Amino acid sequence: MNKPVQFIRGLFSGNKLVIGIPYAWFALLVAIPILIVLKISLSEMEMTSVSNMIDWSSGWPKIKINFESYQFIASDTLYVKTYISSLKYAIITTILCLAIGYPFAYFMARSPKHMQPMLLMLIMLPFWTSFLLRIYAWKTLLVSNGVINNILISIGIIDTPLAMMNNSFSLLIGMVYSYLPFMILPLYANLSKLDIRYLEAAADLGTSPFKAFWLITVPLSKAGIIAGSMLVFIPAVGEFVIPELLGGPSTLMIGRVLWDEFFSNNDWPMAAAVAVVMILLILVPMAMFNKAEAEQLGGKA
Amino acid sequence: MATAPKPNAEKKIAEKEVLLKIDGLTKIYDGAVKAVDNVSLNVYKGEIFGLLGGSGCGKSTLLRMLAGFETPSKGKIFLENQDITDIPAYQRPINMMFQSYALFPHLSVWENIAFGLKRDHMPKDETAARVEAMLKLAQLTKYAERKPHQLSGGQQQRVALARSLAKRPKLLLLDEPLGALDKKLRETTQLELVNIIEDVGVTCVLVTHDQEEAMTMASRIAVMAEGYFLQVGEPDAIYEIPNSRQVADFIGNVNMFEGIVEEDEADHVIVRCPECVHYVGHGFSGTEGMSVGVALRPEKITISKTKPKGQYNWCEGEVVEIVYFGDHTTYHLKLESGRVIKAQEINNTRDLSCGLTWGDHAYLHWNNLAMVILTH
Repeated sequence: MNKPVQFIRGLFSGNKLVIGIPYAWFALLVAIPILIVLKISLSEMEMTSVSNMIDWSSGWPKIKINFESYQFIASDTLYVKTYISSLKYAIITTILCLAIGYPFAYFMARSPKHMQPMLLMLIMLPFWTSFLLRIYAWKTLLVSNGVINNILISIGIIDTPLAMMNNSFSLLIGMVYSYLPFMILPLYANLSKLDIRYLEAAADLGTSPFKAFWLITVPLSKAGIIAGSMLVFIPAVGEFVIPELLGGPSTLMIGRVLWDEFFSNNDWPMAAAVAVVMILLILVPMAMFNKAEAEQLGGKA
Repeated sequence: MATAPKPNAEKKIAEKEVLLKIDGLTKIYDGAVKAVDNVSLNVYKGEIFGLLGGSGCGKSTLLRMLAGFETPSKGKIFLENQDITDIPAYQRPINMMFQSYALFPHLSVWENIAFGLKRDHMPKDETAARVEAMLKLAQLTKYAERKPHQLSGGQQQRVALARSLAKRPKLLLLDEPLGALDKKLRETTQLELVNIIEDVGVTCVLVTHDQEEAMTMASRIAVMAEGYFLQVGEPDAIYEIPNSRQVADFIGNVNMFEGIVEEDEADHVIVRCPECVHYVGHGFSGTEGMSVGVALRPEKITISKTKPKGQYNWCEGEVVEIVYFGDHTTYHLKLESGRVIKAQEINNTRDLSCGLTWGDHAYLHWNNLAMVILTH
């Protein structure tokens, strides 16, 4: 038997190929880029191009590791502050999206069956317009001589324009507006599957509808809440466009710092290090959370 | 209608206290479909009352109205003489064991059983004591910390029962309580369930499409079709003295003969049918010349190779089918007219050669109290 030939044949057999495609995709477009970013973050300023990072002088590839960028991130309070501020805005956005999106999804799931496709369509409708355009539209609504201020002044509710632009208010409006569908969709998918009999059973056992919501509906939609929160929280942490267009000097977000490091300071190792720390900030709580979930699921078997 | 000796149990029940009174209850869907049509009923304290019917007969709608999940279009529901028609489900002293149980998947067995007690703000130690008692009653003490999906079907069923009994409801509703179990488990669970219910002494209304389940569990049965009751009575009365062709046909197997009353005396009735002449050994409240149905259950027919004596209560034909069930065998006999009559014989010996085989000519006969005359 010719084992290597068998092995190669096995490699190209249909089912392995099918399984292999997503792995190849993952390796090519996720793992390798992240490794490159990690590598850049560990190199020195002048070694920014990929070919310069590997030292061939001894005949073997030798990678120089330089923790300078990470040390700088840890020592400079600006970065720490920015991370905290990014997390803060991402968390507030997630909570607001949940608070608005949950009732939204709930009533969608409870509305008559023939209405649901239309409601779903309305949720997705904004995606038909450019994201950038929609954020710009908020700008025209929120600026001091914008639509909202003009209306409020003309009907005499306020004398001076409200400062709604380039602060945390405008930032959060933009973030919540943009990410709300990502909260609603998984919640709707989850809530529409909720078996109404559980609520009947709760009512039968003496639970008022309000209490039954908190004791039955919310715990049973946990998976949807988690999925929605992840879908909002993760991109919100690294968001660049919304803070750039709607944020102000007070709304520090890591996406903007990244941009500055890359394009203003041209400091690739620093920018890469900032990005790596951001990934860790998101990954660590997610991994911990997944582990807890897996343990809970483990009890199911 | 037949006037066979009626069991005096009905008189006994009449002396009992009425727990649930349903008065002209009607449920109309979409303004037209009458799911439940003007149903009135008394359920007495301590009995297990069975609602039996095919799917879509309105039995589940009736049960859901009792639980408070559906609002009646018309009519009233009284529990211990108190009108509960407009009281929401969560305030009724009625608990329900749901079809396929509806156990809360995110709560343990213990929490599931305690759920209703906690809603009543029962003191903690009292709740714990009650839950423990329920666990013991349902033989679930070992499984208290498990989640519902970690239990077998039979165990889940007992949790559902324990949960619905924990609040000591005045009335327990059972919606197809054994529907989700396989046949073997169902038989043992049936008796277990009845024993637990009788231990607790709770009054039950049981909904089922399975006549065997209704017969074994219920002390009285209402046969339902198209939203109303066809017959209400004790299981044996429903089986042996059905009041209509529909009930006779629905409950168990039956051979139905159509004929004309030829002789109507105080002690006997003779009905002439195309297939045979029935001599019924008791009187009936009809007149001569009336066209009636005669219902004859297969197990009341004897099959033999020799021609019976006399001119009544027998017919002959060819054996076209022999269905072996283990404990009994059903013979299908094709009469000259082409009609097929079923006869059931108990296999009381281990003799494999019963002497009859496909294509044999055989005689069926029955005694003069075996059949029921039906006028409806």
